[in-house]
Amino acid sequence: MSGMSFTIALVYVLAAACFVVGLHLMNSPATARRGNQVSAGGMAIAVAATVVLLAQHHVGAVNWIVMAAAGLAGAVAGAAEARAVKMTAMPQLVSLFNAAGGGAAALLAVTDILASRPGRLPNLALITGVLDIAIGLVTFTGSLVAAGKLQGWIPGQPVAVRATRRLNGPLAAAFLAGGGWLVVNPGSTVALVLLLAAAAAFGVSMVLPIGGADMPVVISLLNAFTGTAVAMAGFVIGNTTLIIAGALVGAAGSILTKLMADAMNRSLTSIIMGGFGTGDNQVARPGTAGTAAVRQVTADDAAIQLGYASKIIIVPGYGLAAAQAQHELATLASYLESRGAEVSYAIHPVAGRMPGHMNVLLAEANVPYPQLTEMDEINPQFSQADVALVVGANDVTNPAARRPGNPLSGMPILDVDHARSIIVIKRSLGHGYAGVDNELYTNPKTAMFFSDAKKGLADLLAAVKTLVA
Amino acid sequence: MTTALTVDLTVFVLAVLVGFEVISKVPATLHTPLMSGANSIHGVVLIGAMAITAAVSAPYGYVLAAVAMAFAAMNVVGGYLVTDRMLGMFRRRPGPPLAGRADSTEGVRR
Repeated sequence: MSGMSFTIALVYVLAAACFVVGLHLMNSPATARRGNQVSAGGMAIAVAATVVLLAQHHVGAVNWIVMAAAGLAGAVAGAAEARAVKMTAMPQLVSLFNAAGGGAAALLAVTDILASRPGRLPNLALITGVLDIAIGLVTFTGSLVAAGKLQGWIPGQPVAVRATRRLNGPLAAAFLAGGGWLVVNPGSTVALVLLLAAAAAFGVSMVLPIGGADMPVVISLLNAFTGTAVAMAGFVIGNTTLIIAGALVGAAGSILTKLMADAMNRSLTSIIMGGFGTGDNQVARPGTAGTAAVRQVTADDAAIQLGYASKIIIVPGYGLAAAQAQHELATLASYLESRGAEVSYAIHPVAGRMPGHMNVLLAEANVPYPQLTEMDEINPQFSQADVALVVGANDVTNPAARRPGNPLSGMPILDVDHARSIIVIKRSLGHGYAGVDNELYTNPKTAMFFSDAKKGLADLLAAVKTLVA
Repeated sequence: MTTALTVDLTVFVLAVLVGFEVISKVPATLHTPLMSGANSIHGVVLIGAMAITAAVSAPYGYVLAAVAMAFAAMNVVGGYLVTDRMLGMFRRRPGPPLAGRADSTEGVRR
């Protein structure tokens, strides 16, 4: 090993260390930004080291130009999207970047196999190459479908569950056949095309039947897939940094997927089987049998209750994000705080459209993060709260989850019903994703304020200002 | 089994374990930035794409390599920038209105 290549190897080790330390610093909101910067620094030195490494070999001018031009184009596109994206659209963007990463990993192995034909690759590298192509391409098409669903370009409802499920068997068979064939005979174009087509189709048929409610879990799972594909790409080209970074992300994605699935009380198998979750376009059903039992209030009644409360816990849910009312909520909360009330936010792990999404939305609305309280920490505090204000949250507040025998049984919930009084802002008595009546709404302590979240919060603020100023 | 492969496998397994250990401590508050940050880390496939691009010679090779380069660079640059933008919004106390918040609010309010 020459001095230079030893130095380069050391830089790669340093880059890998930066990724680990960067992820570690993301443990706390105070250090998280620095963590991301450390990780970005690791990436920058890894890229720089690669340039130096390649410069030692005789790389053609055309290759350098292609590398620089394509890299620059991708970087500019990525930067533009990162700057323009709205925080509510974050899950789509993460999916899109994930698709790009998976696609790049798959292309890398395809190019490698095509370039080293016929049969010059050792079999083991071929196995990882085939895995790379398969996982990378499934992630690519799967993430694009997920992003399309989140963006509303593809219906959020589970699409054609039965038809796609019937497809999965043959596709998996084609997948294995193509992959096996390619390992045995890397020169076969038919095998490569079969593998590519089957993997791409499988990604679509895997994500298409999954309902909107399960999307957060799916994004997380696809993230883990890309990590694994990148690690496989590392095996293919013999680069340890790729193996380490890919394995880290694969592990991180798997853990998050499990946490999310647990928080929704759903097994991964049932999520992949699909059909759950009616998507984002919940039909606003007028209350039927339940209407008589709920207590309905106006903005003025609710404002008086809020104005004289000394401890208020706000429970934001997906409905808040859908109505894009986080700024109105933050304004109301800070006004109540300025009047001397103690205000905190109870954040359920699955609030929003991806893990931790609600925290980002509220941070954007300038809510300080110490006010954002996680479920385990806030639950004991509900019994001391004068008012719990529920905005657009449904299933995660349903006390029915504590009883066995219904779709919500066992799901961890926020103990909103323990508060002294409860105000729920909601458009209608429509069901949540689980499709069951929310017993919180019929609780005698609960007042229902039927309104769109954005308009309702603005009305509430106006009413608080005039009535209790 | 070759030594190189054994070493690679060892590294892979250890990195998976490190990943489990480091991630399981992250509070739910940070799960979105974490996912986005992890997403940028797998953009390291960029250096693989660079190595491949340096080695191609056939015309289709240039095309495939160029697409891989563009995808990977988008993943890295976009991923890190958007994660930084998100984390920049997390603050301990209500601060002055964020730079650029006016536009984002504008967009949100329709």
